[in-house]
Amino acid sequence: MLLASDIQIAQNIGFGIIAAIMILGALNVVRSSNVVHAALSLVAVMAGAAAQYLLLAAEFVAVTQVLVYIGAVMVLFLFGVMLTRAKLGKDVDLNNKGGAAIGAPVALLLFGVMAYVLVKGFEDTKLDPDLLPSTTADLSDKIFSVYALPFWALSFVLLAAVIGAIVLARKD
Amino acid sequence: MLINNFLLLGAVLFCIGVYGVIARKNAVLVLMSIELILNSVNINLLAFDRLWGGQQDGQVFALYIIAVAAAEVGVGLAMVLLIFRNRKTISLDDLSEMKG
Repeated sequence: MLLASDIQIAQNIGFGIIAAIMILGALNVVRSSNVVHAALSLVAVMAGAAAQYLLLAAEFVAVTQVLVYIGAVMVLFLFGVMLTRAKLGKDVDLNNKGGAAIGAPVALLLFGVMAYVLVKGFEDTKLDPDLLPSTTADLSDKIFSVYALPFWALSFVLLAAVIGAIVLARKD
Repeated sequence: MLINNFLLLGAVLFCIGVYGVIARKNAVLVLMSIELILNSVNINLLAFDRLWGGQQDGQVFALYIIAVAAAEVGVGLAMVLLIFRNRKTISLDDLSEMKG
């Protein structure tokens, strides 16, 4: 018997709306002729991704996404746009000549292959609706026990990136 | 919810990102397209984490990807700034010294 709770109407509608916003935003990122508009569309995609993480019951990752991507990375991008003195209005010189003619078939072909494999492979596999959301405590237990060594390595990566960025970007 | 909802969304975002990397010439916009690709991977990781028992391994990987992406953007934009300072352009077509 098909119960309403099995279909999860509210979640599906929410997913559809957010997914539509994300896809439109992503298309605007790659098609816009205004660099600042592209950056702001990227914010919509990132925020939508955070909302999808919440639908997938990954609260801590969603919050991190908002803080790191929308908070920090986007500011970096806007600084990059500003410091490279991109025109604030329309700029016709953003795309490769014939780039769309090569890119569109490649992207469509790629999507065709991936969609075929996914639909054939997972058919109508459902996410378990009764699975409890994982707490931040569970996640931190994982990070600081099983994944402690990669966590250290990642700290060094970040440190190296910060120092490298400073060395690269400073004058003299 | 079907897992394919999330996986197909990830696939769409990935393909749009690939299109952006191919079609764009401005270095900052190419970096933005790479962010799209990284985000699509994160959605996939979290969907599989949810599908296979919620053991948080996928979430840990997603956090690592977020951190590496932040480092990548930092270094990438520093390089773009350096190139702009020396060359007065960030058009990727003009940086062809390494071409054989």
